[in-house]
Order: sequence, then C-alpha cells, then structure tokens
Amino acid sequence: MNKDQHVEFLLRLGDNSLVLGHRLSEWCGHAPVLEEDIAMTNVALDLIGQARMLYSHAGEIEGKGRDEDAIAYLRDVLDWRNCLLVEQPNGDFADTMARQFLFDVWNFEVFSALTKSSDEQLAAIAAKALKEISYHRRHSGDWVIRLGDGTEESRAKMIAALDRVWGFTDELFQMDDVDKAALAAGIGVDLEALRPAWESHVGAVLAEAGLEKPSVTWSVKGGRTKGHHSEHLGFLLAELQFMQRAYPNSNW
Amino acid sequence: MNTHPITDPALGDRAAWAVLRDVTDPEIPVLTLEDLGVIRAVDVDLEHHSVHVTITPTYSGCPAMQTMEIDIRDRLMRAGFTTVDVETVLSPAWTTDWLTETGREKLRAYGIAPPAKGEGGGKAVLMGHDPVVACPQCGSEDTKPISEFGSTACKALYRCNACLEPFDYFKCI
Repeated sequence: MNKDQHVEFLLRLGDNSLVLGHRLSEWCGHAPVLEEDIAMTNVALDLIGQARMLYSHAGEIEGKGRDEDAIAYLRDVLDWRNCLLVEQPNGDFADTMARQFLFDVWNFEVFSALTKSSDEQLAAIAAKALKEISYHRRHSGDWVIRLGDGTEESRAKMIAALDRVWGFTDELFQMDDVDKAALAAGIGVDLEALRPAWESHVGAVLAEAGLEKPSVTWSVKGGRTKGHHSEHLGFLLAELQFMQRAYPNSNW
Repeated sequence: MNTHPITDPALGDRAAWAVLRDVTDPEIPVLTLEDLGVIRAVDVDLEHHSVHVTITPTYSGCPAMQTMEIDIRDRLMRAGFTTVDVETVLSPAWTTDWLTETGREKLRAYGIAPPAKGEGGGKAVLMGHDPVVACPQCGSEDTKPISEFGSTACKALYRCNACLEPFDYFKCI
C-alpha cells in the first residue's frame, strides 16, 4: 500500500465523521426536546473529535505539512471521501435517526475491526472511538424502535425515513483498490465481510420496532471512492468552511 | 483498591506531580486531573528545567482537554520549569475505571453519581446493560435514566424515583 492510499483511507473515515458531526450540529437549538438537543450535539462532538484525530494522523502520514484544519477547511467537494449517507440533509427527526442508525451500526463494525489495524495510531483511535460509538448505536437504535413501535404517525415517518436513506447503504460495503490495498496491508477492513453483522443488527432492531426491511430497489454509490457527491455536500461545506474561505488563514 | 498508576512515584518526579496535584477539570471543578486519571506520566529533566507530561483524552471531542493542557503548562511554568511539553496519547484508551476512590467520593458529594463499578459497570454497560445508579442526593437505588447524553460528554441524565430529584451520572466508558 502506498502512502497516498493510506492517507486516502484515513480521509474516508475522517470525512464520514466530520460530515455527520456537522449535520448533527445543525440540530443544536432545534431538536424536538431538550434531552435530544443535548444528545445529538454530544454525538456530534464525539464525531468531530474522531475526525480531528483521523485528520491529524492522515496529515502526519502524508508529510506535506497539512494539519487537521487544512484538511477540513481547504478541500473542495470533489476531494471529500465521505459516504453519501452521512451528507443527506437532516429532514425531520425520524430522517435523522434513520440515517444515524444505519451509519452507527456500520461504524461500530468498522471501528471494531480497526482496533486490530497494523497502523497503531489508527488502532488507538478506533479503540477510543468504539466506546463512544457504542453509545451512539444504542441511542439511534432506541429511537428507531420508539418511533417504529410508536404512534401511527411516528411509524409512518420512520418507514418513510428508512425508505429515503436505504439506497445509500450499499456504498458502505463497497471495496475499491484503496480499500483492498488497506486490507492487504493489515491497516484496513474487509467491508464486504461486515455486511452480515450489519444486516443482523439492523434486522434485529427493525424487528423490535415492528418494521420491515425497506424494499428499495435503487442504490447510489461513489461518494467514498470517487468524490461523486450529492448536491447537498457543497452547501454543507459552504457553511463548514466559511470562515477560512472568507478570511484565509484566520486563527484564534 | 487497585494501585492507581499515577500514584506510583516511578512515573514521574514528585515535585512536578505536586504542582499538578491541584489542577482541576474545568467542567467538573471538584475533580483534579489526578482524580480523573487523565495525566498518564510526568518526566522531569532537572538539568534543563524541562518536563514532559503525557495526558490522555476522556472523550475524543471533549472540549475541556485543551483547557487542561493550557492549565498544566501554565502551572508548571509558574513553578519554574522553563520547557513544558504536553503530549496526548490515545492508547490505552481512558476508562472511568481510572477514576480514583477520592474522585468518586468528590463526585458524589458534588451531586454527580460516580460510574458503576465491577460486574455491573464498565464493559457490561457499554454493551447495553443498565447499571445500578444510586441517587447522589438521597442514596436510593430506585433511579431511572432519562438520557444517556448529558451536560458534558462524560455524563448521563438520571432521575431519582424516591426523592424525585434529577441528577447527573458520570457514565461508564
């Protein structure tokens, strides 16, 4: 595995965390109840913290003097490598929880496997992050159950929410040359092999919620591997990167 | 009681430890960084008046970490060290098991229930088993979680069914 692939592999993980962390931070002050406002911003904080560690590590491996801020604030849309799922707009609370749950279950499996990475710093980040992700996964899973098994309206909203994001989940298990090289080097994860564990956990929660697995036939990929994003990421970055774009090199 | 790593004098010079002993957590000011188990090592180079401090974050995104680092640096510089390096290490990952007994007592007295220990705590809680949490106000174990996320990254929200008071619980990680 060459250095560029190693950096790319780390950026894919970091970009997932930062983009989803940013999305959740958009709920700050807008959640349906105070406890959820606090919960979503807490999860956002964990994810943004994880992104910082992954970016710092990527910058060090790269060795070109880019730090976490340069990586977060000075890349354009096509250079971002997050999966399409995490950049989808918040929608209503059910949309946010459906997106979060499908991602958290995947993220838990990925970081569990990464605790054994031959990249020691990545393994350390994973061990740290995994404890936090355990809380995230339980939180979003609880909401899928509560809304799915709730009122007629909450159930309808959760069904619609799952339908809207389900087509973005195939991308999570796609392996391209970078993923294969990372796996061969003992750094990465066999994403295809994680699918049964993901399906089993997601299936168990859906069953408890009294929900069927969505019968969605469309599937979109390309964010993680090619930087082919939905129209939403550009708007997200416009906000996330505003200060550095408007006032280059500003610092405080 | 387990031997806490940071009480081992072999880990660092006693003078530097003494200086750091009263640096507190900016968000839970009753806890010192020693109570919290955040300072992992202190290495003093007396010849060059320099000190190298190794810390570990409680949570990946804990905003208090930066303040802790500044406080450590500030306190040691004021004590006469000319060079202070603060290094952050991630492994082994911080765990609430590193909270000292004194720290647990201070939390309770401050109105925050300390993290569950032993079989009912730690890993079992991460896997989703509900811990037994005693109300820090009245001591009743008849309590109910309201949210696993609280006013800081390290806390959960609880309510006591006996005295009806809401309270913070320092959750297991």
